Amino acid sequence: MSLLFRSRQQGAQQVKISGFRRFVMFWVHNAQQAVASLGELARYPLASLMTMAVLGLSLTLPATLYVVVKNTETIGADWQHASEITLFLRKDLSQQEVSTFHKRLSLSNDVESVRWIDKNEALQEFREASGFGDALNALENNPLPDVLLVLPVANKRGTAQAQALAQQLSNEREVEQVRLDLDWLQRLEALLNLIRDGLLALATLLCVAVVLIVGNTIRLNINSKRDEIMVMKLVGATDGFIQRPFLYTGVWYGFVGGFIAWLATAMVIWWISGAVADISELYQSQFRLSGLNFNEMMVLWLVAIGLGLLGSYIAVRKHVRTIEPQ
Amino acid sequence: MIKFEQVSKTYPGGFQALNNVSFHLEPGEMAFLTGHSGAGKSTLLKLISMMERPTAGRVLINGHDLKRINVRQIPYVRRDIGMIFQDHRLLMDKTVLDNVALPLLIEGYSMQEARKRVQAALEKVGLGDKLRHYPMMLSGGEQQRVGIARAVVNKPPLLLADEPTGNLDPKLSSEIIKLFEDFNRVGVSVLIATHDLGLIARLRYRTLTLRDGRMINDGLQEEG
Repeated sequence: MSLLFRSRQQGAQQVKISGFRRFVMFWVHNAQQAVASLGELARYPLASLMTMAVLGLSLTLPATLYVVVKNTETIGADWQHASEITLFLRKDLSQQEVSTFHKRLSLSNDVESVRWIDKNEALQEFREASGFGDALNALENNPLPDVLLVLPVANKRGTAQAQALAQQLSNEREVEQVRLDLDWLQRLEALLNLIRDGLLALATLLCVAVVLIVGNTIRLNINSKRDEIMVMKLVGATDGFIQRPFLYTGVWYGFVGGFIAWLATAMVIWWISGAVADISELYQSQFRLSGLNFNEMMVLWLVAIGLGLLGSYIAVRKHVRTIEPQ
Repeated sequence: MIKFEQVSKTYPGGFQALNNVSFHLEPGEMAFLTGHSGAGKSTLLKLISMMERPTAGRVLINGHDLKRINVRQIPYVRRDIGMIFQDHRLLMDKTVLDNVALPLLIEGYSMQEARKRVQAALEKVGLGDKLRHYPMMLSGGEQQRVGIARAVVNKPPLLLADEPTGNLDPKLSSEIIKLFEDFNRVGVSVLIATHDLGLIARLRYRTLTLRDGRMINDGLQEEG
């Protein structure tokens, strides 16, 4: 409906287009404008690709770090058994006493399982594995103690609880020595936290940079179309109508930029996976670096598109309004 | 149709472009607005198309006070006004079809629906066969007529023209004016700003004259 002339109707109403068709046409127009924006980008492929590459590569660094953290966390989870408490028992205990102690511990509420490494079996194994067979044969007594490996119940595996349990066990009459290797686990956790915080800070900085870069590129686009925008405003285009192609341009930057981020992340992970394999070989582990899964790829893509859209939104909000016909 | 009530416009910096201007253009009327350069013709047109706001006084279109129109509503006001410029303001990288269709696409037409109207508007200005041309391929007179087709394609009740014949020879000028007369005949109000006094003298339309921002003749006293 015209503002000034009551009898005058607007285009779509004048040609009698139903509400449903107008709704459909709204989306058709949007799709057309999206394609038109893509065509506009294709007119300057190098410049467009450079902006997309900046966006994509900026996201590659946080994405790669994320993959590293994710993989390290899985290793950490595998090593939860590291909170196993090793009990070295007194050597003067009889087989019977060790067995009783084993059973008593197994019944404790704090303990999930107890594995008994018999000193004779341990000696046998050591003899076979170490190559000191003859030297060991020369010994009169078995120098090894009986060992119990105590795995605390799930909620006692935390650093502090495991330490308390170890302390408690060390007071047992049968126990000679207690060992709990938690220090390195604590260090790993602290290191992971550091990387995670650093990752968050880095990702935030890079995202802000991406928004600024896209915003600046769109601002230049807007300025280069100054005359066109003026003409559109003269013939009655709303700011929303003028903004839409620029917003789509931002979306396309993100769309392709996200794709570049996938590729670049995959390449970086492929690059470092060789080194990771070497390291895990040294630790006799079958560990292999796992890349981004489908959901993570989608999130990365959405983040890229969101950043492109945000950057262009900031630019159009600020600059389309200031261009007024003269 | 257009009513100015004691309108003044002072630009930032102190230049007074219009000083206490009042006139009334009736619906369906065609009139010339004249005066030497800097007399305030362009400012007067800008106040109607809301490119500027008056410092004092009221501008009314069809009885609606433009002061009540907020920034977001300005585009809708402009859709009711066909505007023609001396430099025609065409988009040089778009075809004639795209240029003329622009006001329709803005209003939500699809290209198929717009095309028929664009064709009709171009036929009207005698350029029915130039749909696929780019403005650069056309002569000055043809470019001006594309600008007119764009201004009338959505059938606005009001046409404003700022020096539409400024760059054209007398023969082309009178062709352009004939077009305006045709639109006026079907009820469109037309206001043409020009300093082409020969053109005005040949045609006996109401002539509003500005000098240094004052309306020295609103074209009615002369006859009365």
